[in-house]
Amino acid sequence: MGMRPSVYRLASALELGGMVRNELGSVWIEVEGPQDRVSAFVRDLPGSLALPARVDELEASPLAPLGEDRFVIAETLTGAATAPPAAIPADLGPCDACLRELEDPDGRRHRHPFINCTSCGPRYTVVRSLPYGRERTAMRPFTLCDPCAREFEDPADRRFHAEPSSCPTCGPRLSFVHSVSDERAFGEEALSAAAKALRSGAIVAVKGAGGFVLACDATRDEAVAKLRERKHRPHKPFAVMGRDLAALEAVALLDDDERSSLRSPERPIVLCRKRDGSPLSSRVAPALGDVGVFLPPTPLQHLLLADGPPLQVMTSGNRGGAPIARTNDEALAALHGIADAFLLHDREIEVRADDSVVRMIGRERAPIRRARGFVPDSIRLPVDGPPLLAVGAGEKNTVCLAGGGRAWLSPHLGDLDHPDVLEVFREAIARLSRFAGIQPTAVVHDLHPDLRSTRWARESGLPCIPVQHHHAHVASCLAEHGRTGPVLGVAFDGTGLGTDGTMWGGEILLADLQRCERIAHLRPLPLAGGEAAIRQPWRLALAALLDAGESVNRLKWVGPRLEPARRILEHGSPPLATGAGRWLDGVASLCRLREEITYEGQAATELESAASSCPPQPAFAFDFTGTRIDLRPAIRELVRELDRGVGVPVLAARFHATLAAAIHVACRRARDEGGPSVVALTGGCFQNRRLSDEATAHLESDGFEVLHHRLVPANDGGISLGQAAIGSRLLAERPPGRSD
Amino acid sequence: MGHGSGGRLTSQLIEERILPAFRNPALEALDDQAVLDLGRGSRIAFTTDSYVVSPIFFPGGDIGSLAVHGTVNDLAMGGAVPVALSLSLILEEGLPLADLERVIESARAAANAVGVPVVTGDTKVVGHGSGDGIFINTSGIGVVPDGLELGSAHVRPGDQILVSGTLGDHGIAVLAQRQRLELEGELTSDSAPLHGLAQALLVACPGVRMMRDPTRGGLAATLVEVASRRRLGIEVAEAALPVKDAVRGACELLGLEPIHVANEGKLVAFVPEDGVDAALAALRDHPLGRDAAWIGRVTSDRPGTVVLRTPVGGMRILDLPYAELLPRIC
Ligand SMILES: [Fe+3]
Ligand SMILES: [Mg+2]
Ligand SMILES: [Zn+2]
Ligand SMILES: [Zn+2]
Repeated sequence: MGMRPSVYRLASALELGGMVRNELGSVWIEVEGPQDRVSAFVRDLPGSLALPARVDELEASPLAPLGEDRFVIAETLTGAATAPPAAIPADLGPCDACLRELEDPDGRRHRHPFINCTSCGPRYTVVRSLPYGRERTAMRPFTLCDPCAREFEDPADRRFHAEPSSCPTCGPRLSFVHSVSDERAFGEEALSAAAKALRSGAIVAVKGAGGFVLACDATRDEAVAKLRERKHRPHKPFAVMGRDLAALEAVALLDDDERSSLRSPERPIVLCRKRDGSPLSSRVAPALGDVGVFLPPTPLQHLLLADGPPLQVMTSGNRGGAPIARTNDEALAALHGIADAFLLHDREIEVRADDSVVRMIGRERAPIRRARGFVPDSIRLPVDGPPLLAVGAGEKNTVCLAGGGRAWLSPHLGDLDHPDVLEVFREAIARLSRFAGIQPTAVVHDLHPDLRSTRWARESGLPCIPVQHHHAHVASCLAEHGRTGPVLGVAFDGTGLGTDGTMWGGEILLADLQRCERIAHLRPLPLAGGEAAIRQPWRLALAALLDAGESVNRLKWVGPRLEPARRILEHGSPPLATGAGRWLDGVASLCRLREEITYEGQAATELESAASSCPPQPAFAFDFTGTRIDLRPAIRELVRELDRGVGVPVLAARFHATLAAAIHVACRRARDEGGPSVVALTGGCFQNRRLSDEATAHLESDGFEVLHHRLVPANDGGISLGQAAIGSRLLAERPPGRSD
Repeated sequence: MGHGSGGRLTSQLIEERILPAFRNPALEALDDQAVLDLGRGSRIAFTTDSYVVSPIFFPGGDIGSLAVHGTVNDLAMGGAVPVALSLSLILEEGLPLADLERVIESARAAANAVGVPVVTGDTKVVGHGSGDGIFINTSGIGVVPDGLELGSAHVRPGDQILVSGTLGDHGIAVLAQRQRLELEGELTSDSAPLHGLAQALLVACPGVRMMRDPTRGGLAATLVEVASRRRLGIEVAEAALPVKDAVRGACELLGLEPIHVANEGKLVAFVPEDGVDAALAALRDHPLGRDAAWIGRVTSDRPGTVVLRTPVGGMRILDLPYAELLPRIC
């Protein structure tokens, strides 16, 4: 991306002849001249590229000289018979040069909400078809004016072949509609109307990069409360966009890594520690120690933050688990009754991509949600295999296509139980297949038969490869590190179906990309009412108390449901679950932090937040015999400490320390018995910074090498990559369509 | 086999392992009853069903009345007037004689109330441990009125869906008893014969497309079957589903949704749009249909899929679970 101008400049500077040409997914360069300058070209090329161009692989081989003395930029080569997988560029936030231009009152693009150059701007989200070129993007209806066309053709210009380039004369246009007053405005006036509405406490739907977002003033309680009520989202934290880094520093405690993540061209939401006494409404991220903050990923949002409130909630523009609204019509229909006003424009979003979320964990920037700014960058797989599709699990789902040793992940799609998300899932598979030039010959899916992804796979007509959920988690971590194992995979999450028909999620696996052996796991808890126990962690507290032989009287606050729930545990046949997430939920409820949850992982996340104010604490006691990590002694000790009046932060910290210690003990025993000394930490629980940091500290000080996620989420958003890696490895061994 | 829950595995078992052995047009319709043309314009409905329930006595009924009601209802859903029943017993050694007498008396009373005689039967005793106290099989025949055409083949987009009363009563009554929940409020099986209610509906709304009694697998099983067999979309308004407070509370505790829970005295009817008012009025006029409600519609969108619209504006695909109670959320 943005390769050709840089190549042109370098070749011209070295006075080499030849040409550069975009091909599907790669760049072809021919240079001709004296040997030393040709070598200098090859050596200097990777370092001379302007952002966002980068070199993934460089292959050089000698060609017969043609006598060229001029260097030219040739037309993009299309329709090559053997098209290699295409590299579609990801969207990038506005670069510094564009931001300066945006604010320059004398410039042609002063306050132009669609400013971009070869180093920034929309890419993936505007692509209709390949190869990447303006005619095949959402910019097609906007004919370049003469000055823009000249820049577009000038190899020395920053906008040379900046496909979405435009200016106020020839670019897309803003419009504003107020849903109640029906006030309408266009262009610059639309922007000021939206800013004014936000300042007065309104909720405004804004057409963002990869979909609509709902914005409101993040410092006004009543605005945030209104948004919560209308979105039926009582607690799940909202992300906050800040006018600039200074605005964010006022609400979050940032370190240098976080600052550079915030400023990075991907412009992700970064989960950072909340600052005390910040101007943020307490309703933005209730009961949490962290808040998600980010800088404007589009020039439009940059202007809106400059003109409107300097701190704005920006949350996905959807209703009830539906996909984020993409077109103007979709937004006007779906967000009716939620948004007071709409800030629209006439450039289509071709492909949805939600805002990405990352969190600094240890030394890594850990993705929590991988979407805008990261997709569709491919990930190199440690194994080469035939073309295949991996459909992920159920929640926070992504799909992955793999072939030729590379994997392409879709953006975060959402939860597949919503029929429209399922439709987006189908579209994502078709689009990835086109974009990556891959026709899958097999499909990899989860073991759980009731996941929509599994059902889709089984009905797809492709040969199916079932992969156990936590094996896939471990493989995703291996794959993104370019490893094939064996590794000790610590897969801690909520629930995923195990090979024995029970729910797993507190697993220590000895795994490579083919095999997986369960060498230790947390003691299972019975789930009274199945999924109801996940929505109501008090049922886990009850199960943990009964299991530990403790009195359940301390749960009297539950009320009349307590006794029947106990009977279900005693007389029913509740499913068993080893999930670390379930134990964290149960402990959170024992500490009376949360009785029922309104978003996934809420109780466990609040337990982590409770511990965050607390210095390191000793672990509770636990037993480890056979393959079972028995947490009953920890529960008993926790109960004693609660009775002694010990504060929840200390108990929360001690329980985290207990899980970290258990991980260490189990890994050490596995190594003592001849297992590997590499540990992969994976599963949604390793988004928990405290658990990850403490487990890592134990393991590293004992000589283990520890792998963390840095390219795909530790949560189920990374499952499809792990499935793809395992599928590739298995199919590299045998052709598809045959089972062992 | 793990095929007992009435979910996906059961229907898979039937369609893949059993049906192929017996293929014929009457069976292939896979309705709850076979309609046989005897010539000269007379048609009979024929059905059979086996009853296994634990515990055999539950609030609101027992396995005896259930075995009569279930077979009467399968006839009634085809629009047939029940004519005669058979009754076969498989008894496990050690079954208390008093229990047997109670079940037989209950079956007799139920058949009497319907006005249908038990005309043939059979009894076998199996060794201790080879049964679960008592199993009952009943078969029934009924007469199908002239010109009446019912069945999923007649359902089309635009049709409206009604249920005759509250959902989940039977399944929850049995489960609560089995797990000794001792909950507040009335949890009673709705076991009842639906021939009268069905006839009243057919008189008031002759355009009825099909009727079903949503037993095992609940209303969800019926809707999913119609949607997938006919490649039609079905939309259900979750807020419109009639559910008793006590049942709702028990479902919440057990982690179940009323739409997946068995009924034994309810019917679901697919009716043309212009017949909704008459059909609802007729159902509500009948003692067994007082809580009748409109619950959804048939569409041409999303063929093969049942979608539940939630009260807060969300949507969710409704399907039959393969693995009951195994959480899917992470
Ligand atoms: Fe998981
Ligand atoms: Mg039946
Ligand atoms: Zn730029
Ligand atoms: Zn222009």
